[in-house]
Amino acid sequence: MTTQHAAELQALVQEAQAQVEQAGELPALDQVRVTYLGKKGRLTEQLKALGKLPAEERPLAGQAINEAKQKVQGLIEARRGALERARLEAQLAGEQVDVTLPGRGHDVGGLHPVTRTLERIETLFASMGFTVATGPEIEDDYHNFEALNIPAHHPARAMHDTFYFDAHHLLRTHTSPVQIRVMEQGGAPVRIIAPGRVYRCDSDVTHTPMFHQVEGLLVDEGISFADLKGALHDFIREFFEKDLDVRFRPSYFPFTEPSAEVDVQCVQCGGSGCRVCSGTGWLEVLGSGMVHPKVFEYCGIDSERYTGYAFGMGVERFAMLRYGVDDLRIFFENDLRFLRQFR
Amino acid sequence: MRISIEWLNELLPVNEAPKQLADRLTMAGLEVDAVEPAAPPFSGVVVAEIISCEPHPDADKLQVCQVDTGSETVQIVCGAPNARVGLKAPLAVVGGELPGNFRIKKAKLRGVESFGMLCSARELGLAEDASGLMELPGSAPVGEDLRAYLQLSDSVVDVDLTPNRGDCLGMVGIAREVSALTGELFEFQAPPTVAAVHQDKLPIALEAPPACPRYVGRIIRGVNARAETPLWMRERLRRAGVRSLGPVVDATNYVMLELGQPMHAFDLARIRGGIRVRQAVAGETLELLNGETVTLDEETLVIADHEAPVAMAGIMGGEQSAVTDATTDILLESAFFSPLAISGKARRYGLHTDSSHRFERGVDPQIQALAAERATRLILEIAGGDPGPLIEAAEAGELPASRTVTLRQERIRQLLGIDIEPAEVRGILERLGLGVQGEQSPWTITVPPYRFDITLEVDLIEELARVHGYDRIPVRHPATPVTVRPYTEASVPLDRVRQALVQRGYQEAVTYSFVEPRLQELLDPDHVPVPLANPLSADMAVMRTSLWPGLIKAMQHNRNRQVHRIRLFETGLRFRGSDLSRLEQRPMLAAAITGEALPEQWGVSGRPADFFDLKGDLEACLRLSGNASAFGFVADRHPALHPGQTARIDVNGQPVGWIGSLHPALYEALELDAPVLLFELALDAVQEAVIPGFSPLSRYPSIRRDLAVVVDQRVSHAQVKACVRQAAGELLKDLVLFDVYAGKGISESARSLGIGLILQDFSRTLNDSETEELINRVIERLRQDLGAQLRGE
Repeated sequence: MTTQHAAELQALVQEAQAQVEQAGELPALDQVRVTYLGKKGRLTEQLKALGKLPAEERPLAGQAINEAKQKVQGLIEARRGALERARLEAQLAGEQVDVTLPGRGHDVGGLHPVTRTLERIETLFASMGFTVATGPEIEDDYHNFEALNIPAHHPARAMHDTFYFDAHHLLRTHTSPVQIRVMEQGGAPVRIIAPGRVYRCDSDVTHTPMFHQVEGLLVDEGISFADLKGALHDFIREFFEKDLDVRFRPSYFPFTEPSAEVDVQCVQCGGSGCRVCSGTGWLEVLGSGMVHPKVFEYCGIDSERYTGYAFGMGVERFAMLRYGVDDLRIFFENDLRFLRQFR
Repeated sequence: MRISIEWLNELLPVNEAPKQLADRLTMAGLEVDAVEPAAPPFSGVVVAEIISCEPHPDADKLQVCQVDTGSETVQIVCGAPNARVGLKAPLAVVGGELPGNFRIKKAKLRGVESFGMLCSARELGLAEDASGLMELPGSAPVGEDLRAYLQLSDSVVDVDLTPNRGDCLGMVGIAREVSALTGELFEFQAPPTVAAVHQDKLPIALEAPPACPRYVGRIIRGVNARAETPLWMRERLRRAGVRSLGPVVDATNYVMLELGQPMHAFDLARIRGGIRVRQAVAGETLELLNGETVTLDEETLVIADHEAPVAMAGIMGGEQSAVTDATTDILLESAFFSPLAISGKARRYGLHTDSSHRFERGVDPQIQALAAERATRLILEIAGGDPGPLIEAAEAGELPASRTVTLRQERIRQLLGIDIEPAEVRGILERLGLGVQGEQSPWTITVPPYRFDITLEVDLIEELARVHGYDRIPVRHPATPVTVRPYTEASVPLDRVRQALVQRGYQEAVTYSFVEPRLQELLDPDHVPVPLANPLSADMAVMRTSLWPGLIKAMQHNRNRQVHRIRLFETGLRFRGSDLSRLEQRPMLAAAITGEALPEQWGVSGRPADFFDLKGDLEACLRLSGNASAFGFVADRHPALHPGQTARIDVNGQPVGWIGSLHPALYEALELDAPVLLFELALDAVQEAVIPGFSPLSRYPSIRRDLAVVVDQRVSHAQVKACVRQAAGELLKDLVLFDVYAGKGISESARSLGIGLILQDFSRTLNDSETEELINRVIERLRQDLGAQLRGE
C-alpha cells in the first residue's frame, strides 16, 4: 500500500467525518451514509478498486479500507444516536404539561355527619356482637310509653315533648320502643342496637324537633351493671379514640332500674372545665341502666332468669363532640358548605 | 330544689364544703346544677339606724339623714321614700363595695355631703324590690356587718331532681338523703301541736276519695294579714327561689319548703258553707290566682265550697277566696292529693306550680296534720290569731300505705355484679328511713309511704347501688359471643348504595320528616299527608309522603347561597296512608340534582345535567344488585314531573319509584330557576341483590357488527333492544347503543339508533356467512316488527 493511497483514505475519512458532523437531521445523515458506504459510495468504490492493485498490496489495502469504512460507520451510528435523542427530547419538551392543573371528571360527595357518626357507632357495637334493629317512627302510645313503664300521666312524660297525631299515635320520642318490639318478637337473649330518627316538640338553640338516637339492648343470663359499665367504657374509648375518664351517675329512667347517666371527661378541655362542658369538666353523653322488670313483664320475659342492660345516646351530641360542631341546628339545614366538610 | 346549706345544717350537721356536698349529691343521683353564694359579693355594709331626717335644701325628693353606724354618726343624703327616723337599714360605708364592683365614695348631692349609701334590697342583690330601703327589724344590732347579721356566707345548692324523687322536694327529705350519704344522724322532729282556743269548724266532704283521701283544715281567726314576714323567713324563701307575698302565704310556702307539703289558705269569709273535694262539673269556671279564668273539665279535681269551685286542687287557688290584706279569718288547707289525680292536669291548663310539681311526684301521705300544726304556729308567731281545732277528713283505705319488699343478697349480685355486705345493706336502707327485718338475706324491707319510687326489689337495689357508689361497681369488659351470625349476600348493604352516589359527587342530606303542606302538595298532590296534631310550626305540619319536599327545600337553601350545582340524596321513611295504625312507613332512596352535569373545570365544555345524567347515577346504584336488568324504566306521567321526561321505575312489573325532570310549571312556585331532576324509589328494591353465578368464558373470538337503525320517534330504545335480542338469539353476547341521531338526512318523525352487536359462540369461531345470515335476520325482524329501515336505504 502506498503512502499516497493511505493519505487519500485518511482524507476521505476526514471528509466523511466533517459531513457527519454537519448532518443536522436524520435524512441528511442517511445521505452521508449513502455517499460513503452505499453501493456506489466512495469507500465502497475503493474496495471495488482493490482488484486493480498488485496482489501483494491487496491484503493491506483491503484492511485499511475496511478500517476506514468501520470508522465512518461508527461515526454515523454515534451521530444517529445523538440525533435521535435530540429529536425525542424535542418531542417530550413539546408535550410537557402543567402538573398542577386539576384533574378532570366527577367530584366526590360525602355522607352526612350524622350518618358518618351512626356508621361509626354501629361498627363499634357490631364488633361487640350487636346487630342493628329498626322500628317505625310513627309509633303507638303503648310501645313508646306504656310498655316502657311510663303509664299515662307519669311525670316522665313531661320530659318528652311529644308530637301527637291522635290520642294513641305519636312520633317516637326515643328509639326505646324498638327494644319492646324486638323483645316481643324474639324474646331473650337479645343483643341489638337500634339507630334512628326521634322527635321532640321542642326547638331552640340546643334542641331540634328531630334528632337521632342509638338505643342498645343486651339481655341474657348473668348480665349485670358491671357488664353495662364495661361495654360503654369500651365504646366511649374507641369512639373518641382516647382514654377518657368515664363516670356513671345515678339517674332515673322509668324503663331501667338501676339507671345511670354516663358522663365522659370533656373532650375539649380534658376535664379542667371549659365552655363546652359548662365548666364541670364532664359531658353527659348517654343514658343507661338495667332493664326494668316491668318492661320484661310487658314483653313476656322471665326477669328472674334474664337480666339485661339498655342504653341510649344522642347521635348529634357525639357528632358535635367528635367533629367540634357547636351548633345543633346546622345538621338539618343541609348547607353544602357544612356538608362538604365531612367528605 | 334549692338547698340552703345554713338551713340544712340546722337539720343535721353538714361537715363538708358546699362543693363537696354537691358532688356527693350528684353522684348519688341528685344532680346539682349549680352551687351559688346566698348573696352576691359586697362588703362594708352594716346595720345602721336613722337618727334624724331633714329635707334637702335644694331637692324635693332627697332627705339629709344623720345615721348611726354603731361607731359614729354620719350624714347620708337619701332619696328613698321610706327613709324615716328610727328605721334600721343597711348602710354601705365609704370604702365599701356593692355588687357589680360599685365602690362607695364620699359624695356631694346637690351641694350636701354624703358619707355612704343607705341600700335597698335590690342594690344588695337580695331581692327585686327597689321601691325603698331594705327595712331591717328593730332588733337588728346597729353596727353589725350585714353579711354576718343575715348569715349571707351561706351557699345555695340547686338540685335538678328526677321525677321519681318527690320525697326530696322538702328540706326534711333532703336531710334524710344527706344522712344516708354522709352517715350523719338525722332525726325528724315532729312539730308540736297547737292547742285550739275556739271550737269553730266547717264541714269537709271527701267526694272523690281516691283522688283526695285526706284533707286537713283549720280555722284561724283574727289574723293580721298586713303583718311583716320576719327577715329570717324572707331570707330562706328567697334562697329557695320563692317570693315573699305576705305572712300567711309565706308561712304556708315555708312549710312546703321544709316538709314538702304544699298548703293553701282561704279567706274564710269567702267560703260558703263548707268544703267539698270533688271532680269538677264540665263547664264550671274558676278564676285563678294568676288572674286567668279557666273552664274546668270532669277530670279535674277541685276544692269547692257549697256553691262553686274555690281552687284547682293541688294546683292553684282561686282568686275570689284568696287571702288579701283585708283578710282576718282564714281556713288553712293541708291535703293529700294522689299523684294520679294531679299528674298532667296542670299541664293541660298550661300551668306548672310548686304545688302541682310536688303532688304529681307524691307528697308524704302522713304529714298533713303535722304540716298544718307547723303552719299554724308560724302564722300565729307572725300574724297572730286564734286557732281552732284541726278538722281532718280521711279515707284511710285510699291512702298510700307502707309496703314491704323482699330483698335477696343473690339478686343484688345478679344485677350489680358485686356483693354488698349485709351490714352495709342494713345501714344504707335504715339511714334512708326504711325498715329492715331479718339478720340475713332474704330481708323484709318496710318502705315508708313517702317513697313512691320504691315498690320492687330492684328499686331497693338501686338505692343500695347509688349510696354504695356506682364507681365502686367494677367494669367488666364485654366477651364477644363465639357464634356465627347470618350474613346474607342477597342484599346490598345500605352503605354501598350511599357510597355509589357519594362516588358520583352526591352529598347526603338529612331533612325533617315533617314538611310544609304546600310544598308537599306541589310535589306529591296524589297523596294526602298525615297531619301532626301539635306541629311546632306551619312549615313542619305534615308528615312527608315523599322525600322530594325536603330535598327541594335543601336545594332552595343552597341556591339562595349562590350554589348553582347541587347534587343531594337522602334515605329515610316516607309516610303514606290514612289509617294511623296501618300507615305505610317505607324506607326510600331519593336524589335531586340541578346545575351543570360536571363540576366546573377546564378542558371540558359545560352542559346542564339532564334526565340521562341522573338516570346514569341511579343505574350505578341499581347495578350493585347484580340484577340491573330487572329494573324497567317505563314512560309515564307524574303530576310533579315533566310529561315528556318521566319514567316509572318497575321491578318485575311492580312499580317501585319515579325518575324525571321537575315539571317546568312548578319552577316559579318552588322559587327555582333551573331544571331539577329527581328520583325516588323504594330502598328495599335497590338493596335486593342476586348472588353472582359464573358462566364459562368462550375461547373463540367475538365479532362486532354495527347497524344504524332508523325508526319512528315513538319506537323506544327498549323496544329496539328487545327486538334485536329476540331475533339474534343466544349468539348475541352484548348490545351497545353508540349513537342516537335525529335531524338532517332522516325523516322528521324518525331517529337513527346506532347499535353494536357483539356475537360469539362458545364452541367455535363464527364464520362470515352465518354472521351475515344472523344480521339479516335481525334487520328483517326490525323491519317487520318496528317498521325500521337501515340508515342510508
